[in-house]
Amino acid sequence: MFETIHYDVRDGVAWLTLNRPDKLNAFTARMNSEIKDAVKTASRDEEVRTIVITGAGRAFCSGQDLSDVDETMDHGDILRSNYGPMVKEMRRCEKPIVAAVNGVAAGAGFSLALACDFRLVSENASFINAFIHVGLIPDSGNLYFLTKLVGEAKAAELAMLGEKIPAERAVELGLANRVFSAETFTDEVHTFAARLATMPTKAMGLIKRSLKDASTLSFDEYLEREAQGQRIAGLTADHREGVDAFMQKRKPVFQGK
Amino acid sequence: MSAFDCIDTFITGGTAVIELNRPRQLNALNRKMVSEVVEAMESFDRNEEVQVIVLTGKGHSFSAGADIDEMAEDDPIRLELLNQFADWDRLSLIKKPIIGAVKGFVFGGGFELALCCDLLIAASGTEFSFPEVSLGVMPGAGGTQRLTKLAGRTKALQWLWTGERIPAEDALTHGVINQIVSPELLMEETLKFAAKIAKQPPLSLRLIKDSVNKAVDYPLYEGMQYERKNFYLLFASQDQKEGMNAFVEKRKPEYKGR
Repeated sequence: MFETIHYDVRDGVAWLTLNRPDKLNAFTARMNSEIKDAVKTASRDEEVRTIVITGAGRAFCSGQDLSDVDETMDHGDILRSNYGPMVKEMRRCEKPIVAAVNGVAAGAGFSLALACDFRLVSENASFINAFIHVGLIPDSGNLYFLTKLVGEAKAAELAMLGEKIPAERAVELGLANRVFSAETFTDEVHTFAARLATMPTKAMGLIKRSLKDASTLSFDEYLEREAQGQRIAGLTADHREGVDAFMQKRKPVFQGK
Repeated sequence: MSAFDCIDTFITGGTAVIELNRPRQLNALNRKMVSEVVEAMESFDRNEEVQVIVLTGKGHSFSAGADIDEMAEDDPIRLELLNQFADWDRLSLIKKPIIGAVKGFVFGGGFELALCCDLLIAASGTEFSFPEVSLGVMPGAGGTQRLTKLAGRTKALQWLWTGERIPAEDALTHGVINQIVSPELLMEETLKFAAKIAKQPPLSLRLIKDSVNKAVDYPLYEGMQYERKNFYLLFASQDQKEGMNAFVEKRKPEYKGR
């Protein structure tokens, strides 16, 4: 059903692979909408407990496919109709989303990685906030996420200078969670995703909610929402399993419920 | 226990709960459902076991709007003779506090029904909308009036003209709803809140509602006079004696609703 991406669920992990390798996985309107649909499908699929987004071939995603746009277009409307709905769907998703950044993530490809909860990078990968080189501003929520990750000063530098950020530097900056060698990258991503997929999924979804609340609510409002979140978590089977396993000195087996 | 086709009802503690029960149609309102809601409300309003009424919907959404099929062929004369909005008028005569617990879509007639509640608690992610404009009509069960009184003319016109979806956060900002809670806990939090109100002396609750509603419609002077009469009236109640004695005697009051 998808043309520009490949979607596959295995062992609790939804693998969403951008699949236009000859175009370095550049975005078309169709790819925006397929990513959105795939994330929605994964959100609703009870079997899925983790989502991984990665790229086929040597790039993660090179940003907007410039051959897919004509210069009479309204740049704002393209964001409203294509990119906005995609990143909103990702932000609504209450399962962990991992960006497995196998190669270059440029422009909106960088934004896509920023909209994920984790960024695992191959040593060959790099980020580049390329928008400034064509006289545009970072979009698809880019600076919203970037300021939270690296602070306003560093975000301004990355956005205004548009310099390439190699994998190691991305980890130093707090942009990426882990860097792996190119040879072991695929295995490491699988291990990481498998680990997430056996953790208490509902609680992780509630953590995502709390993180969002933390940036929008006042402290008192936040504490009320936190109490509600803990009440919900306290009712999950995974909470009971975690406590039982602790008492019985065994490893917990979480169902994600 | 419910003798209704389109709704379910039950009582828990001093709270009566009415649930719209056509979840597969996203609780689309038909005339029967509205008249059942009114009937249930009036019966709970007379029931002394009940202090507070909660209105909610089963399934994904509170209510995605009115049943369009039912209205598509209507003409003005038929509507006048049918006088369906008389049922809605009766809702505004309910004396006890009505708390709406809403989620999912709260559209059109569903939004108007929600606006008939005194207080609204919404699950996060709830969307409100008056899409009537896109069907060549407009709200007819109080939507333009109640929304304007709550949110003011500026926002009301924007929302009614565009038919755009109003996120719960915006509804909160503009005073349309009281609170946003986690979707999983919508009923739990609503019932907790209802129980808190149900502990208050019932006559005070009624006359406060009566006076606050007057404040919405009356000029200030008339409203003040009206409030004063209700204030005096409460001094005829046993609960006033009980409340004030308990305060002086530093004990918890026990209210009888008399």
